[in-house]
Amino acid sequence: MSLKEKFIQSLQILGILEVPIDERLNCSIESTRFVILDTETTGFNYTDDRILCIGAIVLENGVIDLQNVFEHYIDQEHFDKSSVQIHGIIRSDVLDHKSEIEVLQLFIDYLGDSVIVAHHTKFDVTMINNALERNGLPKLTNKCLDTAVLYKRTLIKSNLLQHKDHYTLDDLADKFDISKKDRHTAVGDAYITAIAFLKILKKLKGKHEKMMLYHLFR
Amino acid sequence: MKNTISQRVADFLKNFPPFNFLEQAEIEILAEKVSIIYKEKGAVIFEENEETHDSFYVVHKGAIELRKKSKNNILDMCDEGDIFGLRPLIALENYKMEATAHEESILYAIPITIFKPYAIKNANVGNFVIDSFASNTHNPYSKSHSGKLYGNTFDDENNADEIIDNDNKILDLQPIKYSKKIITCSRAATAKEIAKIMTKKNVGAMLVVEDMLPIGIITDKDLRNKIVTGDYSINTTADVIMNSPVITYSKKMTITQAQMAMMKSNISHLCLTKDGTANTKAVGILSKHDVMVALGNNPAVLIKALKRVKKVKAIKPIRAKIMQLLQGYLNQNIPITLTSKIITELNDACIQRVIELSLAKMSTPPPVRFSWLALGSQGRSEQLLHTDQDNALIYEDVPEEKEEKTRKYFLELAAIVNKGLFEIGYEYCPAEMMASNPKWCLSLNQWKQTVHDWISKPGKDEVLLSFIFFDYSLSYGDQELANELADYIFGDIESNPIFYVHLVSGALQSPSPTGFFRQFLVEQDGAHKDFFDVKRRALMPLADAARVLILSHRIKGISNTPERFEKLAELEPQNKELYLSCAYSYKALLKFRTKQGLLHHDSGQFIELEALTKLEKVKLKATFKTIKELQEVISMRFNPGKINI
Repeated sequence: MSLKEKFIQSLQILGILEVPIDERLNCSIESTRFVILDTETTGFNYTDDRILCIGAIVLENGVIDLQNVFEHYIDQEHFDKSSVQIHGIIRSDVLDHKSEIEVLQLFIDYLGDSVIVAHHTKFDVTMINNALERNGLPKLTNKCLDTAVLYKRTLIKSNLLQHKDHYTLDDLADKFDISKKDRHTAVGDAYITAIAFLKILKKLKGKHEKMMLYHLFR
Repeated sequence: MKNTISQRVADFLKNFPPFNFLEQAEIEILAEKVSIIYKEKGAVIFEENEETHDSFYVVHKGAIELRKKSKNNILDMCDEGDIFGLRPLIALENYKMEATAHEESILYAIPITIFKPYAIKNANVGNFVIDSFASNTHNPYSKSHSGKLYGNTFDDENNADEIIDNDNKILDLQPIKYSKKIITCSRAATAKEIAKIMTKKNVGAMLVVEDMLPIGIITDKDLRNKIVTGDYSINTTADVIMNSPVITYSKKMTITQAQMAMMKSNISHLCLTKDGTANTKAVGILSKHDVMVALGNNPAVLIKALKRVKKVKAIKPIRAKIMQLLQGYLNQNIPITLTSKIITELNDACIQRVIELSLAKMSTPPPVRFSWLALGSQGRSEQLLHTDQDNALIYEDVPEEKEEKTRKYFLELAAIVNKGLFEIGYEYCPAEMMASNPKWCLSLNQWKQTVHDWISKPGKDEVLLSFIFFDYSLSYGDQELANELADYIFGDIESNPIFYVHLVSGALQSPSPTGFFRQFLVEQDGAHKDFFDVKRRALMPLADAARVLILSHRIKGISNTPERFEKLAELEPQNKELYLSCAYSYKALLKFRTKQGLLHHDSGQFIELEALTKLEKVKLKATFKTIKELQEVISMRFNPGKINI
């Protein structure tokens, strides 16, 4: 980081300067294209486990277009029986399987330069990045938001309240009264995340006169 | 492309007309083209005279209000499953009404180009669309009766406007909700058996059927007039005492039609059949009570309706009626004390019903006695509008080995109740002051320990918690547990007099309503910038002071703020005038807040000063003078300057 950047950052931290360093973030929430994603995997190990399915939806100005839903299943070599029970995806169950590289390429096209939103984003993005790396593709450079982190910002700060360290997607669905019918399918979880994200945005909006994308990255 | 979400959308749509006329596969294709739209409360979907969008809308969650700007009258409220914005698309004209989100809503937008072929191909769908042309409302079935009621037809919107202007009983135009669970017996059943079943099912009438067709009806009145009088024996069979033939109507009935039918035949129950004649199967029973509820502007009817509710979800429309009632009371200038009593009573009844229904969901009855407490403004019977829920639970002390199991039971119950309250419109408390929070679901002894900690070691947080908890009232359950805790609190405060000083100091910490130049102090930033916070700056200082004073006089059982001041006026004749003026101010402020809340469909906490008339501002300011005088009195008396917190 250059001296100038450091100076600007310190001004921002002090609240003197409102302009963000990253011009990509200097736009309104309404004009931003968000891709809300969720992956179903064979397990939670970043190196050994594989992605079974990527589910994603586009959110633009409060609208989700169902003609543009991303839901692709990946053919597996690595297969762990225990995770099948969680996700309910059986290899022969879904007809439409593609190879890993095919799905990744489709996903990169779908994603474009959108802002990624997920619940516990680090997990999904790392899984995708590792898969990209295995296939000799460059890693994602998109800006990422995490509803688990954003949600905590909506909570009242008071020493009378003890908040949990981690809020699961189930917690959010309960708090925001979102149906959990399609829980544990990639697209179903992405949809729950999207609605939770919208409700979080609404709560955070109260704190700013006009909320910009960079407000979410504080 | 078919996907998980579009399937879910299809599952939803297939329950509502006109989609229920389509084949599953057709709905699925339609659902794939849907856009899901999120709208915040107050967001506009389309404006009057705006060019049409390429989609029409179905409400998935929330509620959308349709209105004419010029009239400022709500023409229609669209609920889950209702369609709006279709007519202009077919008629190729601009929107005639404005659509805004009455509450946070999720909509499904269906492209007209996708939908239109079905409207042409499928006669049922087509008829629905044509019907919705002729009607102004989202539900075309309501058109048939409108003409009869007002001697006018619902042909075009101008007409509709006039009708509404003349009489805002637009609710009468809704199709009636009737009971689909029909209680029947054969002609051989005895009067005794019939009475037993009617009591068990809590109904006022029994249908006598033969070969599935209605042949007669027996009501409470028949049992009274024929059996109890001794004219017939208790073992008389149904065919002797029943009213026959049954007067039947079609189920597509409206409130007004039903009312007229009952008046015409002087009967209290109508039998609704498939085609409206006695030659088809009965599909429902409509009682005078159902009609009353539909018209529902009287507390007794609403209470009765609450008692009959079988599902939490069904309480929500009753709550909406309570709000209408409140609006009516305010419009008629009925004293706010009386108004708040009635509305509180009704709100309490809603909460009690939620708890009863939640208890029924538990696999076993409660292991020991418990009390469900309402805290804060609800505990003080001052909650008129929909606000956050604040509640807590006390359960009877149990031996240590049973403690964990008991606690688990009540936490589970509390979670169901909190969710139920959320469903009927009480938001979750952002500070998690709810009985499902393990901190506020305790046994009596644990509660005593908790309040003792607050009273004996009062810091800022402890005082704040005391403010919230010490105004509790019993919503449901055991009065004794609640009383015992109250006694304990009083006793403990008496032996820890320093606690008063902390309470007073806390009560004096509310922000001042006016600045040095007597100008209103408004919020400096955040979502309510430039709004006046009537709760924190005016209502709370009064409520807090009343609590301290009433505690110092050791008066329990009065938690309502104006009532506390009235009692204080009695106890301290030297300050009578001030206290009465406090009581008056509080009522005035509460009324003010309630009106603002109804106007903006929120809690009324933040007031836009610009929207107030000069007179209103003067009135508001007059109350501030009283607040200031009161704060001087308590700060003199308890001298909180001695301590630092």
